[in-house]
Amino acid sequence: MVTSECVIVGGGPAGLSAAKELLEAGARVTIIDRNERLGGQLIKQTHMFFGSEKQYASHRGIDILEYLVNDLAPYGDRLEIRTGTTVAAIYQDKVLGCLKDEKYFKIKAESVIIATGASEKALPFENNDLPGVYAAGAVQTLMNEYGIKPGQKVLMVGSGNIGLIVGYQLLQAGIEVKALVEAADRIGGYLVHASKIRRLGVPVLPKTSIKRAIGEDAVEAAEIWSLDENWQGIPGTEKKLDVDTICIAVGLSPLTELLQQTGVRVEYVRELGGNVPLLDEGYRTTVDKVYACGDVANIEEASSAMVEGRITGIHAARDLGHEVENAGFRIKALQHELYDLRGGPPGEKVRQGIKKREVLA
Amino acid sequence: MRIRKHPILSFPEKDSVPFYYNGKKLYGIEGDTIASALHANGVKKLSESINLKRPRGFYCAIGNCASCDMEVDGKTNVRTCITPLKAGMEVKTQRGKGRLHGN
Repeated sequence: MVTSECVIVGGGPAGLSAAKELLEAGARVTIIDRNERLGGQLIKQTHMFFGSEKQYASHRGIDILEYLVNDLAPYGDRLEIRTGTTVAAIYQDKVLGCLKDEKYFKIKAESVIIATGASEKALPFENNDLPGVYAAGAVQTLMNEYGIKPGQKVLMVGSGNIGLIVGYQLLQAGIEVKALVEAADRIGGYLVHASKIRRLGVPVLPKTSIKRAIGEDAVEAAEIWSLDENWQGIPGTEKKLDVDTICIAVGLSPLTELLQQTGVRVEYVRELGGNVPLLDEGYRTTVDKVYACGDVANIEEASSAMVEGRITGIHAARDLGHEVENAGFRIKALQHELYDLRGGPPGEKVRQGIKKREVLA
Repeated sequence: MRIRKHPILSFPEKDSVPFYYNGKKLYGIEGDTIASALHANGVKKLSESINLKRPRGFYCAIGNCASCDMEVDGKTNVRTCITPLKAGMEVKTQRGKGRLHGN
């Protein structure tokens, strides 16, 4: 059986960052990703990042992906990358059952880092299954990775950073955004992103939601309506929008299915996106030598995922008996970066969530 | 439906890749997935719900939600949003739940 000191499942910002620390410390690492290319969702992120220089602020996600992958190049002899490979199962003895081109094989790992990320949530409304109702991230993939327009006229539902950023990217691709609706009474994401699309003439409508999609074989129109203080639609306020695409940007759920196969303890923490693993300060789960970091641990920005990945990598390397230079100091510095990234009002939710999780653990 | 002009990204001309959609010859380009090639051809309906036969398109585009499952070269439940397009592929709307395949 193939063996590895540390298998990292998921080659996105968290997984790649963890890999770098492990490799630097001298470990043998295997990165497994079900996509053909590494990078996770960075692959479609054409916008510039926030945060500080340390997390590549004001660089575009697509470029950050290159940096993260290039960082691994010097360690080629100890790094195995398996793309296009799905981990179908993890057994208690840390044997991973993998599928590649319909061939099944197993890898035995000493430790496992789960960095599987998250998937987009759906929203219940009439005809929400019509073709043309797409998750916002899916639209971003279609446009920025494959160069294809999802449609000509779009309604965006949700004003978190994904809704705002993808709204802007739709405009960049030459697509009309008829409106962006938000059920809450305020913008969910960074105001600077909201101002950008407002300046370009997109109506951003708080206390408004979608009532139904209209169409036979695909979306032909959408009906929106105002919400009262109990989040209920107000009859008589319906407005019909001439759109062929409805983008749903109402948040993400951690992809914990694989993680849960290892038997780790998972609890529901609303602020972190749903069922999330209980973790210690080293991103260790409740199962020995199984770690989780990035969106699978708590829904956040890619910037935090990279920092979490590095902290996880350092701990995982040390737990395997490798020496990490200045480990204590570096971990403190990284924790400080996370603290800064989670500062201010936008970070309030995740701060609360992490506190809740600490209590549960 | 392909993006020609973009302030940040460039989408250079690529070789076209012929394939069949329900028997009809269509063309995608190198680097397409099956779903992206279909979308570029204006095909939004990829599957049908099993009981009510409601039309379904893709939803997540990362191989997670199964809304884009189609029959490809006789194989059912292929996640077309992450399956690279290959020349000559026979892509069909799947009827029902599909079958187990492989050895």
